[in-house]
Amino acid sequence: MNMQEKNISANNFEQCIKCTVCTVYCPVVPVNPLYPGPKQAGPDGERLRLKKGIYFDDTLKYCMNCKRCEVACPSGVRIGDIIQAARLKYNTQPPKLRDMILASTDLMGSIATKAAPIVNMTVGMKPVKAAMDGVLGIDKHRTFPKYSSRTFEKWFNKNVKAFQESFNRHVSFFHGCFVNYNYPQLGKDLVSVMNSIGYGVHLLDKEKCCGVALISNGMTDRARKNAAINLESIRKSVNERQMPVIGTSSTCSFTLRDEYPHLLGINNEDVRDYIELASRFIYRIVDEGKVKLVFKKDYKARIAYHTPCHMEKLGWGIFSTELLRMIPGAEVTVLESNCCGIAGTYGFKKENYHVSQAIGKPLFEQINKLRPDFVACDCETCKWQIEMSTEYAVKNPISVLAEALDLVATSEANK
Amino acid sequence: MKFDTIIIGGGLSGLVCGIKLQKAGQKCAIVSAGQSAMHFSSGTFDLLGRLPDGTAVENPSEAAGRLDKGHPYSILGTEAVLKYADEAKDFFAECGISVSGDARKNSWRITPAGERKPAWLTLGDFTPLASKDEKIGNRALIVNILGYLDFNTKFLADSFEKQGTECRIAAVRLDEMERLRKNPSEMRATNIARVMDRDGIWEKAALQIKELIREEDVVVLPAVFGLKDASVVDKIRETIGVRTIFAATMPPSVPGIRTQMALRSEFEKAGGRFFLGDTVTGSECRENGEIESVGTVNFGDIRLHADNFVLASGSFFSKGMIASPSKIYEPIFGIDLNYAEGRGNWFDGCFWNRQNYISFGACTKDGLHASINGNTIGNLYVIGSLLGGSNTLYEGCGGGIAIITAMAAADSILNK
Repeated sequence: MNMQEKNISANNFEQCIKCTVCTVYCPVVPVNPLYPGPKQAGPDGERLRLKKGIYFDDTLKYCMNCKRCEVACPSGVRIGDIIQAARLKYNTQPPKLRDMILASTDLMGSIATKAAPIVNMTVGMKPVKAAMDGVLGIDKHRTFPKYSSRTFEKWFNKNVKAFQESFNRHVSFFHGCFVNYNYPQLGKDLVSVMNSIGYGVHLLDKEKCCGVALISNGMTDRARKNAAINLESIRKSVNERQMPVIGTSSTCSFTLRDEYPHLLGINNEDVRDYIELASRFIYRIVDEGKVKLVFKKDYKARIAYHTPCHMEKLGWGIFSTELLRMIPGAEVTVLESNCCGIAGTYGFKKENYHVSQAIGKPLFEQINKLRPDFVACDCETCKWQIEMSTEYAVKNPISVLAEALDLVATSEANK
Repeated sequence: MKFDTIIIGGGLSGLVCGIKLQKAGQKCAIVSAGQSAMHFSSGTFDLLGRLPDGTAVENPSEAAGRLDKGHPYSILGTEAVLKYADEAKDFFAECGISVSGDARKNSWRITPAGERKPAWLTLGDFTPLASKDEKIGNRALIVNILGYLDFNTKFLADSFEKQGTECRIAAVRLDEMERLRKNPSEMRATNIARVMDRDGIWEKAALQIKELIREEDVVVLPAVFGLKDASVVDKIRETIGVRTIFAATMPPSVPGIRTQMALRSEFEKAGGRFFLGDTVTGSECRENGEIESVGTVNFGDIRLHADNFVLASGSFFSKGMIASPSKIYEPIFGIDLNYAEGRGNWFDGCFWNRQNYISFGACTKDGLHASINGNTIGNLYVIGSLLGGSNTLYEGCGGGIAIITAMAAADSILNK
């Protein structure tokens, strides 16, 4: 009897009681009948795979790794982890060129920013889109995110790095690929907001892509290398400089905290609690009365908040929505919990495009019906998907704060 | 983060309590570790179907007075049970959930295996039967959806034939449904409902069913319609034109999930905060033993503070109680539980016999307050299936306990 109690595997698949609740909440199952569903792909399949690897089923690639099955599971089984870990362990096919390109956000970003205007124009042209569709298998309906001509890091080092030391309290910022190569404005907004509440912002000694796209495309060796570099820098920040690490992307934060130990087998226990989203960090210090936010008197906005899947898994949507609700002129509606369908690089792949749009449909319809001024969301790929599929702009809650705060008055109030 | 009341558990009981408190002006949060047993709902809520001595109950409101003193109904008192039972109908109506039934007279439901069991409130999808052996019609057409395995037409036919109803079994085939059949393990109620609910599809199915009718005066269908909106169910009835009865399927339960979603959305619409997929890990006490705050996996160092806490974490299935080889315990607060000494006394070797472990649970000496090491905790309440003192499966009273204790705890908090 003791054996049974203690014999729990790493991804606790034996705690599944076959209740089928996970299959009700899988976004893929209703739109793609080729996918066997989380119960079959996860705990049920794991029993077979443990007997023999040949029971590995290639259709597990249709899992988006949204983790909605885990959020729904009444028995706490890490279903999404079981499926992703099986893909990494048993899939012997090398990643395609297309997958390598999509997954190499760091490399592609550093090349593309050097020639941003040309790259942005080229990938937007119909013949190029057709060629990428035909040759690579990147769907032609996709709008590629624009690259910035100057990286966030360059802007930071040149313009604001010098005076960050003048603050009494400090944080490190894990900006991620999106802020660095595509949308430095979000990073600038974060610096403005943090500075206004009396915190200096610092970059990590070395930052690599968190590796989420590498993991989902089976490139674990490179993901592990990135993880090692990131964790070394995070440890320096947390242990030597006593600076917690905040980010603006729910998926990057989720990967650093949970995918590293669960999928890459890398222990981050000592620093995991010091890696979090900026919205959670700010909520906490406001709630504890350590800082004050002073908002513009004339700010008004009808905001629809979309909770990204990984934010649902983190359980942190509440911090972003409570922050937005602090803005006196904001009318905040939390959208129904639906996946937008993009799931990082998943929706860019030609074979997934239609599935991806079908998954997102209920969300797009709700946004269109609500007619907000804009959508707020903590995930960059959800942003691309919603902006491409609706007429509404998507802003990170930190950017919304930067707009709504009276930054000068907030600085005064926190001196 | 500060709330007036924090409820642990987001199933039927937790949601009823939360909605009642939130609508009365409180600021509430519900922490729920995964989805609830409503996903396996039979389509009815039972109040009391049988006394512990085996006597069948016709009038639950009267029979509640004959229960042992440890039973949750006895703790609340028969008067209060009847008051809340009557209130429950209006409560669900206000949440947009249609139910019928009376606490003074049980009706009967048909189980997926064709059995009949006593019921109190029946969701609008289903047709309550007035007696255990009511004949549903002279001739019944039982229609399944081709490829759907969780609806056992033969069991149903056998049971209807016992009452003299002549049965014919048929199946409809829809092109739209054939896509689902590629994946038999996912050919389940909710996925069928998602396809059926689309405009045009349910109509096509209903017209096909209508075509199949020869001399039948009643049609029996699986309850796989209206995952988000119950109105599809009525539209199908209208289109078929002949008396149509929906029968509960094996899990997942479409009407149950719809009800869960409706309750959650009612709670959130009233301003409540629902944290799904999070687990409460421990608590902090005040000097007088009352609970000051709880921590959760996702909230980490950010504590959830409240004036009152309600434990609606359920029974063994949802880990509200955990059985180890030697003891049974409540994992969050370690509240006092009533259970038999010695593992051998927990269960009967025959699966079908009455199982003792189902009656184990929290002992609440003083109203619905929990106690820890014998000391009553003034601001910690226990509701729903975590409560002990009743073999809910044998007595048929789980739904009633969930709803009625939730309402009583809410009132107790509001009247403090």
